[in-house]
Amino acid sequence: MASESEHSAVVEDGVRRRDFINIAAVSFAGVGAVAVVLPLVNQMNPSADVLALSSTEIDISAIGTGQAIKTSWRKQPVFVRNLTADEIKAAKAVPLGELRDPQTIDERTKPGKENWLITLGVCTHLGCVPLGAAEGENRGDFGGYFCPCHGSHYDTAARIRKGPAPTNLVVPPYEFTSDTVVTIG
Amino acid sequence: MSFPWAKNYEPQQPLMKWLDEKLPLPRLVYNAVGAGYPVPRNLNYFWNFGVLAGAALAIQIITGIVLAMHYAANAGVAFNSVEHIMRDVNAGWFIRYAHMNGASMFFIVVYLHIFRGLYYGSYKAPREMVWLLGVVIFLLMMATAFMGYVLPWGQMSFWGAQVITGFFSAIPMVGEPIRQWLLGGFAPDNAALNRFFSLHYLLPFVIAGVIILHIWALHIPGSSNPTGIEVKDEQDTVPFHPYYTAKDGFGLGVFLFVFAALTFFTPNLLGHADNYIAANPLSTPAHIVPEWYFWPFYAILRAFTFNFLWIDAKLWGVIAMFAAIALLFFLPWLDSSPVKSSTYRPLNRIFFWILVVDVLILGYCGKSPAEQPYVILSQLGSIYYFAHFLIILPIISRIERPLPMPNSITEAVLAKHADDKSAATA
Amino acid sequence: MVRPLGFLVGLGFIAALVLAILTTPLKNEPNAAHEIHKHPRHLALTSDGLFPHWDKAQLQRGMQVYKEVCSACHSLNLVAFRNIADFGYSEGQVKSFAKSYDTIPSINPDTGEPATRTGLPSDHFPSPYPNEVAARAANNNALPPDLSLITKAREGGKDYVYSLLTGYQNPPKDLPKELQPGTGLHYNPYFANLNLAMAKPLNDGQVTFADGSKNDVEHMARDVTAFLVWTAEPNLVKRVWTGWAVLLFIAMFTTLTYLSYRNIWADKKH
Repeated sequence: MASESEHSAVVEDGVRRRDFINIAAVSFAGVGAVAVVLPLVNQMNPSADVLALSSTEIDISAIGTGQAIKTSWRKQPVFVRNLTADEIKAAKAVPLGELRDPQTIDERTKPGKENWLITLGVCTHLGCVPLGAAEGENRGDFGGYFCPCHGSHYDTAARIRKGPAPTNLVVPPYEFTSDTVVTIG
Repeated sequence: MSFPWAKNYEPQQPLMKWLDEKLPLPRLVYNAVGAGYPVPRNLNYFWNFGVLAGAALAIQIITGIVLAMHYAANAGVAFNSVEHIMRDVNAGWFIRYAHMNGASMFFIVVYLHIFRGLYYGSYKAPREMVWLLGVVIFLLMMATAFMGYVLPWGQMSFWGAQVITGFFSAIPMVGEPIRQWLLGGFAPDNAALNRFFSLHYLLPFVIAGVIILHIWALHIPGSSNPTGIEVKDEQDTVPFHPYYTAKDGFGLGVFLFVFAALTFFTPNLLGHADNYIAANPLSTPAHIVPEWYFWPFYAILRAFTFNFLWIDAKLWGVIAMFAAIALLFFLPWLDSSPVKSSTYRPLNRIFFWILVVDVLILGYCGKSPAEQPYVILSQLGSIYYFAHFLIILPIISRIERPLPMPNSITEAVLAKHADDKSAATA
Repeated sequence: MVRPLGFLVGLGFIAALVLAILTTPLKNEPNAAHEIHKHPRHLALTSDGLFPHWDKAQLQRGMQVYKEVCSACHSLNLVAFRNIADFGYSEGQVKSFAKSYDTIPSINPDTGEPATRTGLPSDHFPSPYPNEVAARAANNNALPPDLSLITKAREGGKDYVYSLLTGYQNPPKDLPKELQPGTGLHYNPYFANLNLAMAKPLNDGQVTFADGSKNDVEHMARDVTAFLVWTAEPNLVKRVWTGWAVLLFIAMFTTLTYLSYRNIWADKKH
């Protein structure tokens, strides 16, 4: 009896060992395939030279009060607006509760430089470039920016007030390297 | 698929049953590379290279598609876009080196596949169509590899394009217009680079299509085998899966090992330093050499240095180079011996090995500068090459007396094992 | 039909080849330069072989040699300032290194005239000449090659670059007349045709290293060659070590597939 059960255990064990090797080989192939897929997917991420372009210097000395320029950072449009005192006042007068994406103008500018409103020129709805940065363009119902694609209106602090866009125009990371030079990114 | 004992696909799961009724894809796989395809039981490792060639093509297509996402086919920026891939793209150096050495691996595997066919007479009836389609694949591969080599727009790329398109100008009368048509200009430039890129992207898919025909044609008579004796009954065969899937899995492992060693440790071993210099139409490299897999044919091209009859030396070279490949199309009819495997053909075996050495010598000459002794060696080598296929092979296939052959594959296998045993006991 | 026709075609090719053999001289044209031309001397670097690493201090010194000597004539187009972080510079050091270059071509935003600005880490090393014509004009019609890929773009690689830099010497007394350096050319037996337009670039003590390393020609040549090995392939070390991981994995995979293959065939004679 004992020897018989021992014998069948060996056979069973043998079968299991043989299956194990086949399964292990196939599993290794699977792991290898995944390991190869990783670089093939990763290559589509931004390359080193694209990432290196992440900071841009902008000279703002030529922008007069009430004027704006359109420049670019990481190949996206950036609006730099020199707000008038009235525009700042208008922005401050809006109660936060009325805003879809509540933010004060102080949160969207640098202390002591609150006349400088720097935002991405990318509508947060579907990515069109809003109008209003150039002289004579439609600035929408709230005197800021107006996106012609689906009619989003932004106020003087580039906050969304009307239309489909869900959030305010994005303020990119930036700092003043001097009174007249801003480094974005 | 023409074997009476080939197992029939019987779907087990309901999903497979459903799919098999609508689109018999599982059945196709089962009968092509599954348990429903009986294969001679005695295939040796040389029968791995077909599957490996398919794997090499897959690697080239995948890495190639990825590279095309970053490469710019414009003479002004092509060179720098390749270096951009090498330096800045995530894992770009790996993908590019894999593609570069993948081409070499593809040719290594295909050459072994071809010489396997030559030794074991795989080109003979009833597999002539398999062979013919194989030669078509080989030609398409050469065209694809050549155009791919132009894309980095280095010095060898440029001058390679110049020389290869120059072949066509050897054709009397229409040569020069054909060359200009190929290049879209008077020298390789943007137009040529763009069309080469387009075709280099297209042709691998054409190759994949012809490979499907190649395999289809193979499945009519089934695989050949080292004895050259056709399968007689079921015991001569084993089902492709799991027997040959397992063996091919092992072959794939060895292939990948060599491939990875080349790619990661000596990625530029088989390349040329000059191709790291951006193309310069005003300065020719001291020594223009094609990639290694073209060396034997390049040697044949350069061996012809004499204006013979009304054909000048250049045209002779071009004709001979193309003839060296084209004659493979006629091989099934040049060799009339009924015996396939050289194991049983003592004369053919000797000449086969001479041919192998001859092609290696031609390869070495193609790599070397056009000076003595390489010129005379390539001339003698070319003489043997043409003599082998066009004169020697037809003659020996008539006069040769084959060795006694076993009656069946199984008999050969059992005899081999009996030999092993008696050798072990002795 | 195929065989008789093939026979004739074969005879045709053979006849053309036999005539070619009979009419080709068996002696090569003598090439004296070929005889005198020397094989490059081997240069051992830490980035060699199967277990490489970058000698960061050496790369820093090599870059200094490039900057102070080579960059007067040779560009390094494919290398960006940000890349030098590879050999141990901090982000700030990279920034200030980039800023030390004030010849990055740009455009005056007011007038549209060509102008220059200081470098950013994303900029590439600037060329010493605005274009090829200017480079040739300043160098006696010889074009100083870009050095980014030079150790991969020459037969002999780094050994050649190192040998060339250290190989300048007076032509031997018995040098045939036609091999003597002409005006504006300089004798160097490691150069393919023995005389090149570049004058001896390195001289003892030319560069002073902050770490006090030796600054004779030999050591400067080693350092700058090491740097140029890096510029040619900044991913070299990563490549080899990735290779080890990949090979190890494939070796295990291959072993398993072999065992699996033996297993499956265990009961079949073949």
